[in-house]
Amino acid sequence: MSNLVVGISDQKVAGPPDTLTTYALGSCVCICLYDNLRRIGGLAHILLPKAFGDVSGRNVYKFADTAIEELVRGMIKQGSAHLHLTAKIAGGANMFISDEKSIGDRNVETVMQELQRLRIRIVAQDTGANYGRTAIFNTQDGSLTVKTLGRGNKVI
Amino acid sequence: MGDTIMMSVPELQIIDVNSMTTILGGPENEMVGILVTMNSDVRGMLLFLLEKDFVCLLLNVLLNKSINDFTDISEMDMSVIMEIGNVLAGSYVSAIATMTDLDIRLSTPQVAIDMVGAILNYPAAYFGVMDDNLLFIEENFLSEENIIRSHLLIMPEPDSLSLIFESLGMSS
Repeated sequence: MSNLVVGISDQKVAGPPDTLTTYALGSCVCICLYDNLRRIGGLAHILLPKAFGDVSGRNVYKFADTAIEELVRGMIKQGSAHLHLTAKIAGGANMFISDEKSIGDRNVETVMQELQRLRIRIVAQDTGANYGRTAIFNTQDGSLTVKTLGRGNKVI
Repeated sequence: MGDTIMMSVPELQIIDVNSMTTILGGPENEMVGILVTMNSDVRGMLLFLLEKDFVCLLLNVLLNKSINDFTDISEMDMSVIMEIGNVLAGSYVSAIATMTDLDIRLSTPQVAIDMVGAILNYPAAYFGVMDDNLLFIEENFLSEENIIRSHLLIMPEPDSLSLIFESLGMSS
């Protein structure tokens, strides 16, 4: 079994017994897509809600509105069917108080809109608040473990 | 109190967020982040990243306590941390303001005690819009017994950076 690490503005697709881990989500959001039938999992770690300017190369993975579609494409390439995909999301915290609408809130909002547009149901989420989260996605059963500093761990 | 604390010559680097996280002990390392925004002539933000041990040491000395983690952190502790941010930010910014003759005002500091990777999402998201690289200053504070590293990210908005360079007689 190997643990694959997904960095900021990155994404990976894997199958059992591998896990996909992304560390220390603040305002960033991770989107975990799972095909329960084929047991394929994909994790995308986005930094910002909407793409602008140059969206070539790795930049596709940076924005919610380009990264999720790309992740779906990657999963289909590995044998998943779009129809079987469900989503779990985590992150989108507001690490510092801000007057404007926080980047975390806008990330979560755009991720949810994007998943709705792609007709992928969100089955669990742990988002918002003001603390960091590490997410570990198990491709064996599609469970997502969310770890925090001093606020406990949970499996969603 | 009464200890002499010396500061080393700061090291300056321009690096991306992923490498910065590695230098800071990995994404899950618990650190204290103090965020101050700059307004008026120069706009942008300063983010101080302090080792947990350093902050505990400061709180213990200043408030005569003996804590070694943040499980029971009080309002008073938080306001002392904010004040540390004020002092640190003030010294950097007044140096820049004096050299450039520009007006720089600072906001009230905001504090986050959490995984350093999560804290760094804030400037990364704010500036990721323009560039993935951030200006990073590392500094050592040396007392007789301890060497403590402090880290500062200075992130002026691009217009403000040009203004600073112009005021110093350099073309950017």
